[in-house]
Amino acid sequence: MEDTFKIGGRELTSRLFLGTGKFSSNRLIPEAVRASGAQVVTVALRRIDLEYEEENIAAYVPKDCILMPNTSGARNAQEAVRIARLARAAGCGNWVKIEVITDNRYLLPDNYETIKATEILAAEGFVVLPYMSPDLMVAKKLAEAGAAAVMPLGAPIGSNRGLRTKELVRILIDEIPLPIIVDAGLGRPSEAAEAMEMGAAAVLVNTAIATAGDPVAMARAFGLAVKAGRLAYLAGPGETQEYARASSPLTGFLRD
Amino acid sequence: MKIILNGREEVLEEGMTVAGLVALKGVNPDAVIVEYNYSLVKKEDWAGITLKENDRLEILRFVGGG
Repeated sequence: MEDTFKIGGRELTSRLFLGTGKFSSNRLIPEAVRASGAQVVTVALRRIDLEYEEENIAAYVPKDCILMPNTSGARNAQEAVRIARLARAAGCGNWVKIEVITDNRYLLPDNYETIKATEILAAEGFVVLPYMSPDLMVAKKLAEAGAAAVMPLGAPIGSNRGLRTKELVRILIDEIPLPIIVDAGLGRPSEAAEAMEMGAAAVLVNTAIATAGDPVAMARAFGLAVKAGRLAYLAGPGETQEYARASSPLTGFLRD
Repeated sequence: MKIILNGREEVLEEGMTVAGLVALKGVNPDAVIVEYNYSLVKKEDWAGITLKENDRLEILRFVGGG
């Protein structure tokens, strides 16, 4: 039986969401999407640079993917709502990743403004996926506000430092009846596998793939790691033991 | 006539339309989103909007992001 999960009424088979920032060439994006197996791909919205013409990133995202704009650049709920509405009106669909940040050093999300934006946009029919610091009470409020999933950070955005928030994410997985998608900070496929082994519904990866020596190969590696971690979660790992326990029988040895 | 384009003051000739401005800037109209006085306007409506003093215009596009 295929292992799927639902967000906003959409059934997904891939548990790896892919960000499109920082690729050395946009031409790598469709290859990375295919290699990773991602079905949800994120983009951002920015003012154009009037000095020179740039490519349209959406043209590089395979048409069968869900294009999920983020609200990066928003400093409060109002700005996030404005970006989300613009993206939807521009034909981006109704999925949105809420990102509200005023901390320029660690790029940590403003959970309070994120809850406010989630409430407004969910009421307008958006499928809202809020990026958040992993706090149980905040996650509960996001669920009450109508979030379709919650996206706790593993480590600061773009840091490739791994699942530093592991214990807090574990609490969200245990307590929140929504998909938990670890977003930001995962640097290696093993860290994505670890998040999946814990029971995360999915992970979102950008920097680790886009800045790898071979981004397409790394996209594939993350795709495989997410599948492996998910399979291990479903398989149910054995218990850990403090001391050694022989795997082979302790009788019938070939000795006098 | 002065307007605010992407957060900066811009001096334009009277009678300039949104479509005219996009063309003036050499922007590919198929790759951008235009917000006029905080409302998104569809491409087919650009030619019908004549800019006025102190209008605010944002020309936006999707970029790579995580």
